[in-house]
Amino acid sequence: MTTRIDRVFAAAKEANRPLLAAYIMGGDPDLATGQAIMNALPQAGADIIELGLPFSDPMADGVAIQMGGQRALAAGQTLRGVLGMVEEFRRKDETTPVVLMGYYNPIYIFGVEKFLATAKEAGVDGLIIVDLPAEEDAELCIPALKAGINFIRLTTPTTDDARLPTVLENTSGFVYYVSMNGTTGAVIKSRAAVGESVQRIKAHTELPVIVGFGIKTADDAAEMGRHADGIAVGTVIVDAVAKSLVDGMATDKTVGAVRDLVADLAAGLKRARA
Amino acid sequence: MDGINSLRNGPDENGRFGLYGGRFVAETLMPLILDLEREYRAAKIDPAYQAQVKDLATHYTGRPSPLYYAERLSQHLGGAKVWFKREELNHTGSHKINNCLGQILLAKRMGKTRIIAETGAGQHGVATATVCAKFDLPCTIFMGATDVERQMPNVLRMKMLGAEVRPVTAGAGTLKDAMNEALRDWVTNVESTYYLIGTAAGPHPYPEMVRDFQSVIGQELKEQFREREGKLPDAVVACVGGGSNAIGTFHAFLDNPEVAIYGAEAGGHGIDIENGHAASMTGGRPGVLHGNRTYLLQDSDGQILEGHSISAGLDYPGVGPEHSYLHDSKRVTYVPITDKEALDAFQLCTKMEGIIPALESAHGLAQVIKLAPTMTTDQSIVLCLSGRGDKDVESVGKYLGLLK
Repeated sequence: MTTRIDRVFAAAKEANRPLLAAYIMGGDPDLATGQAIMNALPQAGADIIELGLPFSDPMADGVAIQMGGQRALAAGQTLRGVLGMVEEFRRKDETTPVVLMGYYNPIYIFGVEKFLATAKEAGVDGLIIVDLPAEEDAELCIPALKAGINFIRLTTPTTDDARLPTVLENTSGFVYYVSMNGTTGAVIKSRAAVGESVQRIKAHTELPVIVGFGIKTADDAAEMGRHADGIAVGTVIVDAVAKSLVDGMATDKTVGAVRDLVADLAAGLKRARA
Repeated sequence: MDGINSLRNGPDENGRFGLYGGRFVAETLMPLILDLEREYRAAKIDPAYQAQVKDLATHYTGRPSPLYYAERLSQHLGGAKVWFKREELNHTGSHKINNCLGQILLAKRMGKTRIIAETGAGQHGVATATVCAKFDLPCTIFMGATDVERQMPNVLRMKMLGAEVRPVTAGAGTLKDAMNEALRDWVTNVESTYYLIGTAAGPHPYPEMVRDFQSVIGQELKEQFREREGKLPDAVVACVGGGSNAIGTFHAFLDNPEVAIYGAEAGGHGIDIENGHAASMTGGRPGVLHGNRTYLLQDSDGQILEGHSISAGLDYPGVGPEHSYLHDSKRVTYVPITDKEALDAFQLCTKMEGIIPALESAHGLAQVIKLAPTMTTDQSIVLCLSGRGDKDVESVGKYLGLLK
């Protein structure tokens, strides 16, 4: 049985183009606007949606995504609420993969088995849980695989050849290469090194590799798209939400701001293999 | 060696104390903490490393710290004899130096060129800044903005010792937020930087390592007490925030069931007041934060609460994983102590013994004050007096209305 994630990568490979994975914080800046942003992403050019799970203590995130999470929590978002967003999204879109990205504690408190069943039912395709390294696979990774949900692992510049097999062992769907040592939204120091690293990972796995962290503009997208099967963009999207707000509230420009930015990034990405 | 049924065998090879502990960190940090574990195992059996730790403990810290019989206080309480294990007399004024010296030598062995640390009350920040001065390493201390304000004397000490103090304004500006920011810095500068964690919490191997460095407290205490009284104490007491002085005090006694063990958590305004305390074991439930599974203050969605304590050093929504394990196994009794009880204990100790305790340690003392009258005069309680209260005189003065 192929999954939505498999299908979207197969189609992109056929068309010889890299994918765009767009990250938004689920429920930012408020629940209704957050849903409208999510619903608008596929048409704007996002191939995969990474839906952020807000957490009070996002240790691996830079300021922009921290603030996005705080806005969502202040608006009353919960883990169950984010799963509800996916359910709502699936009423109109059966093909775009949705990957939840966040931290483990809210899932642990929700209950792993109940979470996986609810997520599968809602139409979630994959999970990226930042604070669950391979050493903790028994917690959520293995149960997720059994439930038919991909567990996508982050690999980083510190993941050397000796460690890569450990990290890749239970990874499925795709591999997410973090372009730098740092939090989300920092600056990539060496672009050439990113390409080499992707090749290094590909020597260990058949899975597609996407690159994320630090991609901010259409030109970045064009360049990084050359090196990988796809790119992930988050911070600038969450920033676009923030900039569209007036007194912390969504405006009639908020959804459009994200749509235009994602369209611009998608256009940049089209130049990657041109 | 300890037997199969010993409570002192943890953690297992995955860094677990039963359900608790583990390595819940981002992949960027994983290779580093695996390295650290290897390096620590090697250092532990390296006589040269051990000799250096011992030498510094003796000549730099001033160990062994005295075991003091608090005679007036004992008579006043009218029950058990009360003793203080005087960690507040250590260089830098608290137990924190025991751990900092052990870890800075490890950082040197690993070739790291920069040190970061988080601090609540500033005791760990001062101890870290101190060892960084001595070993000529640049250091950055992350401290919640609220704590910077309420522990100004320690902020000044850190700066004079050459540390950069970075105030953290996120959240409530306390220890939890400082730890988040330190982790973000570490992820960014992982190649050069050593994270010198101050409490027996965080990802494996930190809880084990910090416990080992602090276990000198309980080992000395056991020996000193035996010399003075020819037996074991009937009870030992320590305050618990993250819990490093407590685990250091308790560890030597875990397999002596005749010794009662009490940990005093920060009860703040009262355990029934939501978000009004920092008693993670008596008022929280297990969850995952800052690299380990442990008891946490959190809401029904798994979002972490800020908590509250008058004491900056106890104002943390979690606790070291070994304490969570000892709580579940009921070997240690954890009790909440309110701000008011700690303030009263602070004043009593100051007036009766001429010793100004840290507000953190005053929480432990408040438990001693409750306990001693229920015991007989031939019984003894030892309190780990983990830090001195010079840093707190201004904030206590404000509470008491001595300052305008």
